[in-house]
Amino acid sequence: MKVNFNLNGRNVSYDIPPGEYLADTLRNHSFLSVKKACDEAVCGACTVLLDGRPILSCSFLSARVEGRNVTTVEAVQDDVDEISNFFSDEGADQCGFCNTGLALTILALRKELKNPTDEDIKHFVVGNLCRCSGYQAQFKAIKNYLEAHK
Amino acid sequence: MKTKVVNHKTPSVDGKGIMMGRPAFTDDLAEPNSLIVKVLRSPHAFARIKKIDVSKAKVLTGVEVVLTYHDVPRTSFTRAGQGYPEPSPHDKFILDEYVRYVGDEVACVAAINESIADQALKLIEVEYEVLEPVLDFETAYENKNVIHPEDGIREMFPIGFEPKKNVAAAYDMHIGDVEEALAKCDIVVDETYYTQAQAHAMLEPHTANARLDYHNRLVIYTSTQTPYHVRRIISQTLDMPISKIRVIKPRVGGGFGGKQALHSEFFVSLVTLKTKKPSKMIYSRQEVFESSYTRHPMRMRMRIGAMKDGTIKAIDSDSLSDTGAYGEHALTVFMITGSKVLPLYNKVDAVHFGGRVVYTNHVSAGAFRGYGAIQGNFALESAIDVLAKKLSIDPLELRRKNMMDEGETSPIFAIMGEGTEGTAMDMDTCKLRYCLDRGAELIGWKDKYPFVKAGPHKVRAVGMAIAMQGSGIPYIDMAAATIKLNDDGFYNLTVGATDIGQGSDTVITQIVAEALMTTVDKVIIYSSDTDLTPFDVGAYASSTTYVSGNAALKAALKMKGMLIKEAANYLKVKEEEIVFDGEKFFAKDKVLTLSDMANRLYYNDNQHQLSATESYVGHKSPPPFMAGYVEIELDTETGEYDILHYVSVVDCGVTINPMLARGQVEGGIVQGLGMACFEDVKYSNRGKLNSNSFLYYKIPTMLDVKKLTTEFAESYEESGPYGAKSVGEIGIDTPPAAIANAVANATGVRINNLPVTPEKIFQGLNKRK
Repeated sequence: MKVNFNLNGRNVSYDIPPGEYLADTLRNHSFLSVKKACDEAVCGACTVLLDGRPILSCSFLSARVEGRNVTTVEAVQDDVDEISNFFSDEGADQCGFCNTGLALTILALRKELKNPTDEDIKHFVVGNLCRCSGYQAQFKAIKNYLEAHK
Repeated sequence: MKTKVVNHKTPSVDGKGIMMGRPAFTDDLAEPNSLIVKVLRSPHAFARIKKIDVSKAKVLTGVEVVLTYHDVPRTSFTRAGQGYPEPSPHDKFILDEYVRYVGDEVACVAAINESIADQALKLIEVEYEVLEPVLDFETAYENKNVIHPEDGIREMFPIGFEPKKNVAAAYDMHIGDVEEALAKCDIVVDETYYTQAQAHAMLEPHTANARLDYHNRLVIYTSTQTPYHVRRIISQTLDMPISKIRVIKPRVGGGFGGKQALHSEFFVSLVTLKTKKPSKMIYSRQEVFESSYTRHPMRMRMRIGAMKDGTIKAIDSDSLSDTGAYGEHALTVFMITGSKVLPLYNKVDAVHFGGRVVYTNHVSAGAFRGYGAIQGNFALESAIDVLAKKLSIDPLELRRKNMMDEGETSPIFAIMGEGTEGTAMDMDTCKLRYCLDRGAELIGWKDKYPFVKAGPHKVRAVGMAIAMQGSGIPYIDMAAATIKLNDDGFYNLTVGATDIGQGSDTVITQIVAEALMTTVDKVIIYSSDTDLTPFDVGAYASSTTYVSGNAALKAALKMKGMLIKEAANYLKVKEEEIVFDGEKFFAKDKVLTLSDMANRLYYNDNQHQLSATESYVGHKSPPPFMAGYVEIELDTETGEYDILHYVSVVDCGVTINPMLARGQVEGGIVQGLGMACFEDVKYSNRGKLNSNSFLYYKIPTMLDVKKLTTEFAESYEESGPYGAKSVGEIGIDTPPAAIANAVANATGVRINNLPVTPEKIFQGLNKRK
């Protein structure tokens, strides 16, 4: 089947098997920032933005994005560049496999929550699992990034 | 020593590119038209394949190849990913007539896409003779059901391998007469502890892909901790010349020991060799849980004898370890349970350590951060607190009186190595006393021990443990580095050391930049590719900073000598007259920039390439030490508790990169807290893994830990690069005992079997009512 949607600001029309999930469609078309880690919408590594809001693309049927806007890290390079500076500054990046998905969640957080408390921040990103960092440095980096955008 | 790069804040060299989504990981680098490789897995915990019919699968359009045990070489090997000869039994075949756990490999399929591969798996007809599995490791020894009845399996050297008795390995050692010493003691603690299996749960699943290049060589990209071992083991098992194999390790998305072993590499190699087409295999999350590795579950009986004044006289540790279906790391993990735990209390008259590692029909256990030390630490450090209570001595005081100090040693180091004899060594650096005192201060031990009331049925309590680890395996682990000077005066640094996310590329770059008095951006690191980078055993045994770092430092100092020699030649002065500051060579009134010299070297005058290779093998394994303290708030009506604060004070020598070192400690602490509090690999009564997804196997999230405080002791290890020891594993060791001790301090209920769940605490509270 064909699915037509706006991907990173460009209209695309992809030929896909009907049951294909968005993470696979995107990776098959070389949007390799999208990572697959759990296959069942639990870990957050496959996060992309759908009309600006984070979704878990490993379990989201590609057919459902017909006519909508999908954003991956490839399209928000300047924003992610900036977020990564805050991560570097706290020593928060380790293996990085979860970081592209987390970066998009952070962008959505910045847009959706005004003046979030520490608990608000944690609850917003709790679905982005990380097995390396122990979260402490990540949390500080996110807080510093949000602070810089107040 | 004053440094400019080492021990200074330095961002990781690769974090930005990875977060910005640049292709970096194994699957990002697969050929776009790769065949999809999938494996049919056993539904039975133990069975023999009576008949396997693949004819329907083979004729399905789009299927390229189907492999069963009839089609693959029958060479026994170990997937462990260790040096050669391995201390693990060769008890595995690529595919076998027997399947030994739910998830074991039955057949392998390659097809042009995933859905055809899935259909093909369903078309394979297998007739099993279902055998009675061994699912309780305490009944495995000499069980009538023998898990490895087959011929052709062997040990590479004596490790106590007795497959007919379900024993993968065994070990026993004595110092003095422990029974006699215990008999003379005023007080003997005798407790038995159980630690559970834990899943690595690295975010990037096990992934590999293969292709044949235009030299007709097999090129394997794999998410591995051990590229050189992968090349050797593939060559040995597929019986092909090692010179025909190239293994490339791209960025790895977490390992924690789980990627020390080989998994999908065999299948993509076989498929590509058979079809001549590129192929790839990505483990599903279910496969990562069901068919890779767990931590070895253990039962540990710990007896500690002491005099009334608190002098510990004897320790007896008798253990049983469950290696699951295959014996990967069976002996070595078991030995670490003693060798990197018991020397903490080095003033005893007698020590005994021993026991067996048995096979069961569970997922194979393997290397996992902590590697036996976390299990042994839970038992020993719980028992020390029990002893303190019996003696009515503050647990800190008991430790202060008996623990290892700087300049001391333990006879255990010489006796116990990793599968072989060990290496005698003195503790040239051991700041354990500082770690213990500083940690007590940071957690507020004086005011909080054992607990304070925090509400009608809430208490806040503290608990702690001390730990040690190692820094590589002496006389076994070898690492090498090559540094090449480029025109304009920047360097390429190629290492076999394996960055798996821990930051070794950054740390090794810093070491080289420091030695060459330059900046990190002038040193371009590349790791690892068996065709291009020099040998390194890989990322395991807390070895990378210490062993690979030392190799890189030696190579950098050699390069520096070469630079000065060339500069003296160009400036027509003696080498001793040259002063080099990293950018310029000065001699009397003459100046030559490194950039100009490099350009002359390659373009103009006496042209030749400068390149320096050095290697390092450790003569000792200086342990990092730490004290871990936890404060919890516990509900005495329900047994529920929150972790309010975890304090780590660590002696890992000089931290090459303080932020990344903190990340190693904190990442380890939180993994250790997961094991201490809730992570639990669970099976059905037929041996099927129930905890086979993140929905059923919880790992810590950002909400689970309120506050971590991590500090480093001032410490300089002469034998390490710029004074460093290792820091990769030590962080994981203390949480299980610290949590159990805090719960005991809060409630008087002692939990001896991990994880320490509210349910167990609640039951303990009820029993006492």
